[in-house]
Amino acid sequence: MNLAEGVQIVSFGILSVMMLGAAIGVVLLDSIVYSAFLLGGVFISIAGLYLLLNADFIAAAQVLIYVGAVNVLILFAIMLVNKRQEFQPVPRAWIRKAATAAVCGGIFALLSTMVLSTPWAISSATPAGDASVVVIGLHFFSDFLLPFELASILLLMALIGAVVLARREFLPDDDFEKAQAEALKLPERPRELVPSGRNETVK
Amino acid sequence: MNPGIDLQGSFIESLKSFGLPPGVAKVLWMPFPMLIMLVGATLGVFTLVWLERKISAAAQQRIGPEFIGPLGILAPLADGLKLVFKEDVVPAKADGLLFTLGPAIVVIPAFLSYLIVPFGQNMIITDVGMGIFLWIALSSVVPIGLLMSGYASNNKYSLLGGLRAAAQSISYELPLALSVLAIVLMSNSLSTVDIVNQQTGYGILGWNIWRQPVGFLIFWIAALAECERIPFDLPEAEEELVAGYQTEYSGMKFALFYIGSYVNLTLSALLFAVLYLGGWEFFVPIGTIAGFLNISDTTPWLQVVAAVLGIGMTLLKAYFLIFIAILMRWTVPRVRIDQLLDLGWKFLLPVSLVNLLITAGLKLAFPVAFGG
Repeated sequence: MNLAEGVQIVSFGILSVMMLGAAIGVVLLDSIVYSAFLLGGVFISIAGLYLLLNADFIAAAQVLIYVGAVNVLILFAIMLVNKRQEFQPVPRAWIRKAATAAVCGGIFALLSTMVLSTPWAISSATPAGDASVVVIGLHFFSDFLLPFELASILLLMALIGAVVLARREFLPDDDFEKAQAEALKLPERPRELVPSGRNETVK
Repeated sequence: MNPGIDLQGSFIESLKSFGLPPGVAKVLWMPFPMLIMLVGATLGVFTLVWLERKISAAAQQRIGPEFIGPLGILAPLADGLKLVFKEDVVPAKADGLLFTLGPAIVVIPAFLSYLIVPFGQNMIITDVGMGIFLWIALSSVVPIGLLMSGYASNNKYSLLGGLRAAAQSISYELPLALSVLAIVLMSNSLSTVDIVNQQTGYGILGWNIWRQPVGFLIFWIAALAECERIPFDLPEAEEELVAGYQTEYSGMKFALFYIGSYVNLTLSALLFAVLYLGGWEFFVPIGTIAGFLNISDTTPWLQVVAAVLGIGMTLLKAYFLIFIAILMRWTVPRVRIDQLLDLGWKFLLPVSLVNLLITAGLKLAFPVAFGG
């Protein structure tokens, strides 16, 4: 075993331990803020594993999207919500917990059978390395065109949904009850239509 | 394109001649560029702090630091020493672990991004294939550190500052990445060395600033916002939030934020120089001058001169941009948070998208000028 292989094995071990430890922390810790920060640790460790697999573009994308965007937004949401609510014990909460346990156990069993039944033949092809961006691009526009386009449509839908939600004006709680009566309609304050331009100047 | 000086190659060769195996020689080489870059980045911060004091003083018709060393050059050193010896206070109700971790998460990506800053053909720590993308990815980690320190301080000003910082950097990352993408489209590569090489050959006329007149403005605005410089220093707006997320910090932990912000500014200026101002290129191509003087491209002393000139040009361009940033600090007033977000989402984002579209169109129409 030469130096490079040794470094790879050691960093693989460190990254795996980091990832598993952080993931367990996300689930088990009481403080939701700590969970959110540890989630960032999980994403970073996964990016490190991608780096070990010679997939540096995927690793950077993982950091950019999951750590830089998703995790920051999660933290943002946690810190902006300032709702102090008494914790009310829910009757028959064990049903919910049992259902969660069943679903988690099922997913775990499915994934383990998949892991055990896959042959995991190590590909002998040389890794693309620095040219991986080009290879990924070619795949996006040939055999993975449909999933790529579907993902972009999904993102577009999320974008439009966010704009619709953000344009909604804030309703006080008592009005909210009334507005809820009309099914399938977002609670919104009636307002005059503005002919064009920026609507916040006309109020 | 001549290869220039290959310090790594010659270092490893000389170690091998002592009878060391190539692997060990490579391992021995590895810490050198990193160490040089760390020291260089720290020295850059010292220079920047001194420049900021002197230029600010000049802008306000003061003299500025005068007695600490010649022209007050040692003023930043005195600052640093003061911060080192200051008591490190952790507020009683603060979250000690996150409070300590926050500044580290802010500083590490900034220093790590120096990996991809080229000062010459081979004067770069690693010429990774995804170069500039690595910088964008790393700089997106910073808001987590800011949120962490804002939350851990257990102080409403800190929390508000942290939230503002996160909102600001999320909003301005998009125009920044899109304007960089237009450059990448023209040079067909994410690597910073390739981006500079694509601008070489025509001296000052070949620089990307002429081909991306909108892109460089968007990049500069977004970079200033990412560095939290005035007019975008809302996260630490002292009239509203005391000092934002740094309110509770003192001693070395504060110094980490301080260093981090200046390292970030230097880095942005360096990358602006690489992306738009031709990196290490002189105003007139060195090859042309050498040809005019009848000197071969491979003359050793010419290569040394070219390397020194390259480092000098990169730094000169970067410090020119820093000078502009410091002047802007005393010229423009701070924007409000709603103006900031409006500018980012409703103006810069659409404009940078259109810029990208036009660049793609021009690349198809004029492949000669726009790197087809």
